[in-house]
Amino acid sequence: MSFRVVKAVLYVLYGAFFLVPLFALVEFSTRGLGLSAPRTLQYWREIFDHPELTHAIVVSLELAVITSVATLLLLVPTMVWVRLRAKPLARLVEFLCLLPLTIPAIVIVVGLAPVYAWVTYLSPGALKGSALVLVFVYVVLVLPFAYRAIDAGLSAIDVATLAEAARSLGAGWTTVMFRVIAPNIRSALLNAALLSVALTLGEFTVASLLNYVNLQVAVNQLAQANAGVSVAVAAALLLFTFLLLLVLSIFGGRGRPSSRGTARKGRTA
Amino acid sequence: MSTLPVATTAAGPVGSEHDGEVRGGRSGWSGRRPSPAWLGVVPFLAYVGVFLLLPTTIVVIGAFGDVDNRPTLENLRALSQDYVVRAFVNSVVVSATSAVLGAVLGALLAYLVVTGRPDGAVRRTVTSASGVLAQFGGVTLAFAFIVTLGNQGLVTLLLEDNGVGVDSAWLYRVPGLVLVYTYFQIPLMVLVFLPALDGIRPQWREAATNLGGTTWDYWRHVGVPILTPPFLGATLLLFANAFSAYATGAALITQGGIIVPLQIRTALTSEVVLGQENVGKALALGMVVVVTVVMTLYALLQRRTARWLR
Amino acid sequence: MRHLLRRRGALALGAAAAVLLVTACAPPSDDDDKSSGDGAKVATATSAEAAGGMDALVAAAKKEGQLNVIALPPDWANYGEIVKAFGAKYGLKVNSAQPDGSSQDEINAVNQLKGSGRQPDVLDVGLAVALANTKLFAPYQVATWKDIPDTQKESTGLWFQDYGGYMSVGYDSAKVPAVTSVQDLLKPEYKNKVALNGDPTQANAALNGVEMASLANGGSLDDISKGVDFFGRLKAAGNFIPVQATTATVKSGETPVVFDWDYLSAAHVTDVPTWKVFVPSDAVLGGYYAQAINKDAAHPAAARLWEEYLFSDEGQNLWLKGGARPVRMEAMTSAGTIDKTAAAALPQVSGTPQFLSEEQNTKAKDVLASTWAKAIG
Repeated sequence: MSFRVVKAVLYVLYGAFFLVPLFALVEFSTRGLGLSAPRTLQYWREIFDHPELTHAIVVSLELAVITSVATLLLLVPTMVWVRLRAKPLARLVEFLCLLPLTIPAIVIVVGLAPVYAWVTYLSPGALKGSALVLVFVYVVLVLPFAYRAIDAGLSAIDVATLAEAARSLGAGWTTVMFRVIAPNIRSALLNAALLSVALTLGEFTVASLLNYVNLQVAVNQLAQANAGVSVAVAAALLLFTFLLLLVLSIFGGRGRPSSRGTARKGRTA
Repeated sequence: MSTLPVATTAAGPVGSEHDGEVRGGRSGWSGRRPSPAWLGVVPFLAYVGVFLLLPTTIVVIGAFGDVDNRPTLENLRALSQDYVVRAFVNSVVVSATSAVLGAVLGALLAYLVVTGRPDGAVRRTVTSASGVLAQFGGVTLAFAFIVTLGNQGLVTLLLEDNGVGVDSAWLYRVPGLVLVYTYFQIPLMVLVFLPALDGIRPQWREAATNLGGTTWDYWRHVGVPILTPPFLGATLLLFANAFSAYATGAALITQGGIIVPLQIRTALTSEVVLGQENVGKALALGMVVVVTVVMTLYALLQRRTARWLR
Repeated sequence: MRHLLRRRGALALGAAAAVLLVTACAPPSDDDDKSSGDGAKVATATSAEAAGGMDALVAAAKKEGQLNVIALPPDWANYGEIVKAFGAKYGLKVNSAQPDGSSQDEINAVNQLKGSGRQPDVLDVGLAVALANTKLFAPYQVATWKDIPDTQKESTGLWFQDYGGYMSVGYDSAKVPAVTSVQDLLKPEYKNKVALNGDPTQANAALNGVEMASLANGGSLDDISKGVDFFGRLKAAGNFIPVQATTATVKSGETPVVFDWDYLSAAHVTDVPTWKVFVPSDAVLGGYYAQAINKDAAHPAAARLWEEYLFSDEGQNLWLKGGARPVRMEAMTSAGTIDKTAAAALPQVSGTPQFLSEEQNTKAKDVLASTWAKAIG
């Protein structure tokens, strides 16, 4: 059996595994009331009856952008520095980037509450009480995922040689970071950004327990109306996030070096 | 853009032309000692210190306090009760199983993707879908599986119509939890492992073939050693991800607190058993200890497998 | 030279530790206009007269403009309509947070969000939680205080019960045969179909469900073990599923039989027209929830106005419309101000209702903590 056929079969199997539960969700959201009721799109239409969702979507999108940019800015220089100059600190950074994932959100909120009391106190008037302050904790929540993706990318290139070569040619650190290293770990950066955006859009527990209103909190409010709407809006949100990430990956993946592309085509390893 | 050409052209001139400015360059540091190792991680440490270590410390301190916040070891002793130990065992089993399943199946899917066109629609669709599904969880994911495989689920009813009777009770026990967790573990693996696969140069394959090696030799001496560290790291991430997952389990198996996050939920938010907040913090401390142990094992494993590299 | 570096490093660490210590303590609170003149009078008023009359209370509330409520799902005793009606009547914006929260979540929010402006102003909690947290509440006596029975309120007004119902077995009559007694549920027709609303060590409603099962199986409120046994037998027969019963699982048919408060069960009719509610005549277990005002409320006048509204005829009738029994029901029935159609629509209950006392509650939770997980595990 040729590799292409095997690949196709595997894709179909994976596709079935992931799409069947989603299909079941959509099927449920179109069920009418009572045993033999006809299919209905009523619950999907109800989603648009709630204007407060738009505000929540905007807030969450802003959070997503700020979180991904902030995470990349915080992590990439640190990880590059550790690889170049502070190898003994590598395990420490790795552990710190795994720690957010070891503690369930309901517990971390207990410790976050005093910190956020200060954040609220110190925030300028316009931002007081705004959900945008969630960005501080979202960056921490994204760290484990972004770290892994960027680490995989950095371990695939020879950071030391690249950096040394660039520095010896007179490049400053910003040039090294933005124009030498970053283009070489493009797929890692993109995947880290995708994970950040998806996490921010899907985060519920911390925002809810701190009584902020983000997209998932607003959706949860809406979902209280009835069972059909709760599932319809969840499915709609999945679709929305998927399309958003697709757009992001199209723009983020542009300009991929063609040499790598042609060399990869037809590879059967 | 491979790294080799750049390195060879830079190796030459360094010594002769840029003597006093090797590390200085344009940043104006000529002649000064290079900054200490820890300076570059200060921003990271400061940020993590305030928004992660501080909340964690507050929780850990709470674990040693009783209801009136006086120091006590009672909460830690509560961890030795057999239903707590069982919860830890269940948590480790579910997390490890879903992590390994997710890692293997996810790596396979990532491999399928990487052998296609890098700009192709398939790759973009799979990575975007993985992004969405990796963070998909909680009540909705649990419900998706309930309406698929539950007693009134689509697949269950379909099987029944065709004469195959299925009892869906397994969905509401550990096996069900593992399956549902794997649903988000696979996409997560794809996203964090793909960059590692991207780094494999086709030139290495060609070089291996030129030297007379078979596919097996290539994988054994080049592919596997290069990919093992990121693979192990990703598996560790998947383990921690499943270990602390809470909302999905709460919706699927709300009775009995069979995994640790659910026991923490009872301790912190129960309206029946009051005053257990600090036990919840002790449980969280227990979770941190377990993950630290797993991470130590992982570090040891990495060190052993690093012997394969050069 | 290394000396210098080490000292710099130590200084940095010391500075970091100092910053962290300061952050761990609470920031100075900005008490803007809460502690001045008229504002202060309303903020700590213990009744409408003390605040200067209802009109003064309404005016102060309007000035605050908002109300923070918590853990009020719209389909829980008709809270959806109550929140909307209150907001419309007084022109206030009601911020409803954490609709799925438990009573303890409400207390956690009061403690963790203190001073942030987002902390809850008013609470609707189970009795056990209310009794354990009276130091967080501000005393207040609503205008209709006399109508609330003495056994259902704290004498100074720290907490007062608001509405209640009876523990019931709700079921989809189109999917399962009619339930005529709790023991029916052990029959094979109910395989994989019975669920509780939550874990009894976690949720008040589930605790009362197990107590009701205990009553129906020859036990008493002092002895919940018969209830635990019953559910153990249910599990052994394969009839009990541990999934969280929600409106979605009820509609999908996954949980066609649910132990829950009768007013919560009644709400399922909107999704499943064939849903019925059964209260066993030999096990009538009632439970009331309690209202309280947060001592550190961000909007104290609005909080007090909310309580006045809830305990007015209008508010109490809206709860009745949601299938719950308002605490002033007796007084209103005698005065003729009760909504008669809604009262008639309540499920028929025969037999004398019993209520869990605090000691029985404590005893029950101790038994549950040690036996529940094993019984249904």
